[in-house]
Formats: sequence, structure tokens, C-alpha cells
Amino acid sequence: MKKCVITVVGKDTVGIIAKVCNYLADTQINILDISQTIVSGYFNMMMIVDFAAATKEFGTVDEELEELGKSIGVVIKCQREEIFDMMHRI
Amino acid sequence: MINIYEVEETNKMVEKENLDVRTITMGISLLDCAGTDLTDVCNRIYNKITTYAKNLVSTGNEIAKELGVPIVNKRISITPISLVGASCCKTPEDYVEIAKTLDKAAKEVGVNFIGGYSAIVSKGMTPSDELLIRSIPKAMACTELICSSVNVGSTKTGINMDAVRLMGEIVKETAEYTKENDSLGCAKLVVLCNAPDDNPFMAGAFLGVTEPDAVINVGVSGPGVVKYALESVRGESFEVLCETIKKTAFKITRVGQLVAQEASKRLGMPFGIIDLSLAPTPAIGDSVADILEEIGLEHAGAPGTTAALALLNDQVKKGGVMASSYVGGLSGAFIPVSEDQGMINAVEAGCLTIEKLEAMTCVCSVGLDMIAIPGDTPATTISGIIADESAIGMINQKTTAVRVIPVIGKKVGDNVEFGGLLGHAPVMPVNKFSCADFVNRKGRIPAPVHSFKN
Repeated sequence: MKKCVITVVGKDTVGIIAKVCNYLADTQINILDISQTIVSGYFNMMMIVDFAAATKEFGTVDEELEELGKSIGVVIKCQREEIFDMMHRI
Repeated sequence: MINIYEVEETNKMVEKENLDVRTITMGISLLDCAGTDLTDVCNRIYNKITTYAKNLVSTGNEIAKELGVPIVNKRISITPISLVGASCCKTPEDYVEIAKTLDKAAKEVGVNFIGGYSAIVSKGMTPSDELLIRSIPKAMACTELICSSVNVGSTKTGINMDAVRLMGEIVKETAEYTKENDSLGCAKLVVLCNAPDDNPFMAGAFLGVTEPDAVINVGVSGPGVVKYALESVRGESFEVLCETIKKTAFKITRVGQLVAQEASKRLGMPFGIIDLSLAPTPAIGDSVADILEEIGLEHAGAPGTTAALALLNDQVKKGGVMASSYVGGLSGAFIPVSEDQGMINAVEAGCLTIEKLEAMTCVCSVGLDMIAIPGDTPATTISGIIADESAIGMINQKTTAVRVIPVIGKKVGDNVEFGGLLGHAPVMPVNKFSCADFVNRKGRIPAPVHSFKN
């Protein structure tokens, strides 16, 4: 398992999750967990995904997600899960 | 599993609070490059550095991208050059040839700085050490990426006052050689006492002889993160204050630890240490002085500053040591003037003087750092400042350093622009009374009584 965290932040609009999920499905990236909040009109989502079977390299996925984010007006970031684990778990 | 709030906290630290890993520094031993022919030695040095550090910058960038944390600098530290050049350098100019080679190698691999144009002369100078020291002004003038350091004392050996006297002159001469650029050469030259062998931070980085052939050391940063964390505990007790600093330092250091492990694995070199330092930059909000203000001072330099800094430094270490098994280097809050906007503001407000900065160096790493002083300051006065700082280091068994810039042609109140991470600095007044007769005595100050531990 190669876990990564995808965060999506931006103005709420129809179909953000759908577009991100479609991309992930096409790339064979499995979603393990999703949580989402909306704070004063701002959409905030975090996904934990598994890259193990991904058909593309991490760097490519990161860039393509960033592009996808731009097209729907949100910021999408993809990071390896280790950084959060290191920081928040002893 | 990690939750959304934790993810948000981490990303906020990076995006809004200037969390970064300040440097991945690759230590490379050059002891096996020594020889009797200068050209051969230069070739060997160039080849070793460009081979070992070939992937350093690209690997650092990859890790930064994958983790989503900036890694600001990629640097190299090397064996003190006075050891490497001892057999082949007969004049200071020979050493300058090595300096040029190092500069060329650093540019080839794309690192920000290479540190280790150094001599360790805590007790005495070999002829080779002295040649290297005398070559520093010229070497600093004809290279861009080289940092130079000279260790003039330690708790175990006392202070080599002959070296202290010489370094006062060398600092002045370096300022003269680089006067076209506001004496920038002095910003890359530091005089140390108790210098560590594994420091990843410039200008004092070198790879000591106790170190392996190659090693990865990482310096973390994050004054902004500590500052923002403290905003939420305004008016609370010291216990709450300390607890908050510790927790924040832990988190910052964990990031450094992860980056170090990854870099070590990908570059195929052992991991050395994490340096737990709060290293400021001139960016707004990335300031150690701002933390001191947040703790409750109107400006850095006000009464209470030394106590606040002592507390900060200690809590950063207490939080950090649990986050990494190998802590080393300098590990403490840095208090450079030009590289910290809050410090600059304090100086401009008339709150912070060199004397107060000296007191602050008793309780933090490292010393009088990046301080612009008038260009007409006598060499003996600079030696006096170096001697004072060395004494603080020697007696308190800690690293201390002096990186002052006597800016040729500038006087108190003028402003000096160094650019980039080096920032800008107001020229600060220096005590005008002479210490020439003290500095001109020959020999060394003996090791203090508490160094006799056997």
C-alpha cells in the first residue's frame, strides 16, 4: 500500500468530488477515506488514497490533479501520507 | 487514520506560517583527495564532489514535491580545507586555486553553498592553517558559493588568541576585498568557538574528521510556526507557553526527520543528524524576534529578552529531541540581525544593541550573527568582539560565533543590502574604546578549570 493524501480547497461548486473521483478511477487509484467540510462557502476535502495500483507516476498524478483543480477553480494538492503521520502520530 | 484537521494544520503551517526544511546538507569527506600536486588535488576534489552530490538537488526537489514541504537549500559541507591542502599548498594563492575548484564544483551540482573552506586552530596553527586563513579574503572575493569558517577556541583547549588577532585582520581584509558588494565576503565568513563537526547551517558548516565519508544532515526551521502557535496562548502561564513551544518544535522536527530519512535512502548515504534550529529568514512572519515579541516583549532587546530567549531555546530542544534520535549540529534559535526582519526593526527602533545581542548569545546558538558595523572599526576591536564571544562559548561549553560585516565606506545608521536569504542590515554602533593592548598579547587563553573532567 502506498498511501497519499489529496486535499481540495476552494469555492464550493457542483461536481468537485465527481471530477476528482473520476480522475482517480481512471488512474486506478483507490479511495480509502473521504472527509469534507464547507466553511463559509469554502469547500474543504481530504481524501486518503492508495497509489499501489496507479497507472501513472506520483509526479504526473500530482501535476494532472493540479491542472484539474485549476479547471474547476479549486486548489488540489497531493502529498504522501508520511508527512502527516510523522507530524501527528507518535 | 489521519483526519482532515490534522491535514489542514500541516498545510496551514506550510502555506501561511513559512514552515520549511531549511537545508539538506551533504557532508563529503575530502581527506582522500589530499596529495602533493595541487592540480591533482583540485581534480580529485572536483570529481568527488560532482560525483557524490550529482543528484542532491534533484532528490531534494523530488522529496519536497512528494511531501508538499519546501526544502529551501541544498548544500555541501566538506572536510576543513586546511587539512586537505596541507601537502600541496605552499602559498595562500595555492589555496585560492582550491577555492575556485570548490566554487566550480558547487555550481556544477547546483547547490546554494559549499561550506568548509575552514581551519580548526583552537589551540595552535599549523603553517597550512595559517596559509589558508591568509587566503580567505582573496578566496571570498573570487568565488560566490563558498563559506569559510575558522574555529579559534574550545572548552577543552582554551582560546587561541594569536588566531583571534589574525582573524580580526582577516575579517577587515575580506571586507576590503569585497567592498564593491558592501563587503559581502564577510557574510560568508564566520569565526567560531566549540564548532560542531556536523553542522548543516552556513556559514559555519564543515565536515569534521570524526565524520564518515559521506553523510546527510538536515537543518529544520520554522520560527513562523512557533509564532503563530503562540498567538493562541496570549496571556497564559509559562507552563502553557512552554508546552505550546515544545509541541510545535516536535512537529517541525518530525518533518525534518522524515526528509532526512528519505534523502539518506534515496542518495544511498547514512543519515547523520537533525539540527533543531529556529532559523529565521527576512520574509515577514519568519522571525525569531517576532516570537520574542509574542512572548511579551515590545521589541527584541527589551529587558527580559535574554530570559525569553533562554526559555524559547530550551523548549525547542525539549520538543525536538523526542522527534529525532540523532540531534546535533548547532540546535538552538539563531539570532542573526540582517536575516530577521523583527531584529532589524528592533535595531532601527533603538531597542537592540550589540551588547544586548552578546548577552543573548549566552543562552542560544550561535553568536553575533550578520551584524553590519562601521567600515572603520579597527581590526583589534573586531578581535576583541571575537575574544568575548569565544569566552562565552568556552566557559558555557557551547558553540559561539562571530559573523560581523565591517562595511567599507558605511557608518552608523546607513543601511546595507546583502540580498536573498542574507537580507539587509542597519549599520550598528560598536564600542569605541580600545582593546588593542589586550588583543596584541601573544599566545592563548588557557582552558577553563571545568574542562578537566578526566
